[in-house]
Amino acid sequence: MDIKQTPLYRRRKRLNQLVMVLCQLATVIGFVFLFAILFTLVTKGIGSISPSTFVERTRMNGGGLGNAIWGTFLMTCAATVIGTVIGVAAGTWLAEYSGKGLMAKVIRFINDILLSAPSIIIGLFIYAVVVVPMGNFSGWAGVLALTVIIVPVVIRSTEDMLRLIPNSLREAAAALGAHRWWIIVRVCYSGARAGIMTGILLGFARISGETAPLLFTSLNSNQWNFFDLGSEMANLPMTIYQNMTINAFIPDLVALAWGGALILTAAILILNIAARYFSRQRS
Amino acid sequence: MTADIHLDQKRDTGAVEAAAVSQIATKLRVNDLNLYYGKFQAINNVTMEIPERQVTAFIGPSGCGKSTLIRCFNRIHDLYEGIRTEGQILLDEHDIYDSGIDLNLLRSRVGMVFQKPTPFPMSVFDNVAFGIRLYEKLSARDLEERVEWALRKAALWNEVKDKLKQSGQALSGGQQQRLCIARTIAVKPEVILLDEPTSALDPISTGYIEDLINELKKDYTIVIVTHNMQQAARISDITAFMYLGSLIECDDTTKIFTQPKESRTEDYITGRYG
Repeated sequence: MDIKQTPLYRRRKRLNQLVMVLCQLATVIGFVFLFAILFTLVTKGIGSISPSTFVERTRMNGGGLGNAIWGTFLMTCAATVIGTVIGVAAGTWLAEYSGKGLMAKVIRFINDILLSAPSIIIGLFIYAVVVVPMGNFSGWAGVLALTVIIVPVVIRSTEDMLRLIPNSLREAAAALGAHRWWIIVRVCYSGARAGIMTGILLGFARISGETAPLLFTSLNSNQWNFFDLGSEMANLPMTIYQNMTINAFIPDLVALAWGGALILTAAILILNIAARYFSRQRS
Repeated sequence: MTADIHLDQKRDTGAVEAAAVSQIATKLRVNDLNLYYGKFQAINNVTMEIPERQVTAFIGPSGCGKSTLIRCFNRIHDLYEGIRTEGQILLDEHDIYDSGIDLNLLRSRVGMVFQKPTPFPMSVFDNVAFGIRLYEKLSARDLEERVEWALRKAALWNEVKDKLKQSGQALSGGQQQRLCIARTIAVKPEVILLDEPTSALDPISTGYIEDLINELKKDYTIVIVTHNMQQAARISDITAFMYLGSLIECDDTTKIFTQPKESRTEDYITGRYG
């Protein structure tokens, strides 16, 4: 090439290379942490996982994690369902109906605060307004605490995704004589589906590992509790926490805690991969 | 033919039954229409008629109010706040700004195709069926037939018949625009508004759509906004020239392009401004 490279051009090129390297470095650092976590979990946790881990309840010695896995699954699913209904409805209102009103601004502001609120505060709040008046720890209180955490995540992602749908699509649907709610349900939601689903899954992943809000609400239990949300409910994060702290003198329980951590992480990982796969299939 | 349209304005509706055979009826009648975006007046006292089963083209420089005007014909402006209109628009002699009017029914009678193709995020089939499902409960078989009919009418059937289940957004730009036209005619409207339907398309797709407009005017009243004066000359029967929110001149297309009455029309057509 005999095109002259001006100093300015050379500088720009060097800068480009430098930034590129920095970006790659940042990616590598992120991956190192991710894989370090996965590696630690697998090496420490895999040994304690056997079929009995899933079917036996937690005991002071031996036993499994069956009741805790079930409790976490049940409470997380219930909170996700409730949170999705409330969150999608509220996000839709904010994006489609609220306009530029003061009400919308206030709700958006409060939602942003909730989004970053420390989860232990939310646990305390549910403890004060539900657990204390009812007189006992309960699965419902746990579900409520988790719902309070997932709702803002779903609201935010629903609103953001609906705002990405161009107005021209709403106009086109209206020009065919569709009612507003039908435009939202059929046109806007189908365009925003993948994004809203991602938001719900992120929320699901976040609450499935929450420990602090359960500390004051569902507490924990070493009994099987299938559907009685009115009393204490076993759950994985609390079990991991207890086994690693107050029961840390029992090696079996520590090992089981590592197993539980691995199960939790693997479940979220699989869920995310599956969701990505299915949303790609549909579009 | 144009003479008839002007006669039409003066005629007493009940009286001239015999003449109706040769006469072209008025589909849309605009009376003293003013439109304001907040305080800005975008349409200034427009009065005109749009004949049935003819192609009426609106030309004029950007921002002259032509899109704004045709967006009044299906009241799509009502989706937004801060837009105020005064005056009347009569569709088959009924005021569409009447308080009792059902907006959704109005829009099912007055369809619209936009400048940018707007396929919905769903399959080709569902795109076309969207409007049909709103107003008619057809059996699966009848629905399929109607979708095929609309796609054939929009000259798209042969290109998409094997990919009806694919996303409408995966089609090419020209195909997407014809899909939108198919979607609009599928509900069998009476009037079709086309807001610069070919400005984002290549010449071949544009040709397809112009042929299509020619075909469609047998059954529908067509109103088209275009920046392309050759296009207006090629496809329209009536041309309306707008400038700064006012209707300057509206006449037979051949007249507008050969001997316009207004000097401003002539200046625009010959490229002196705009």
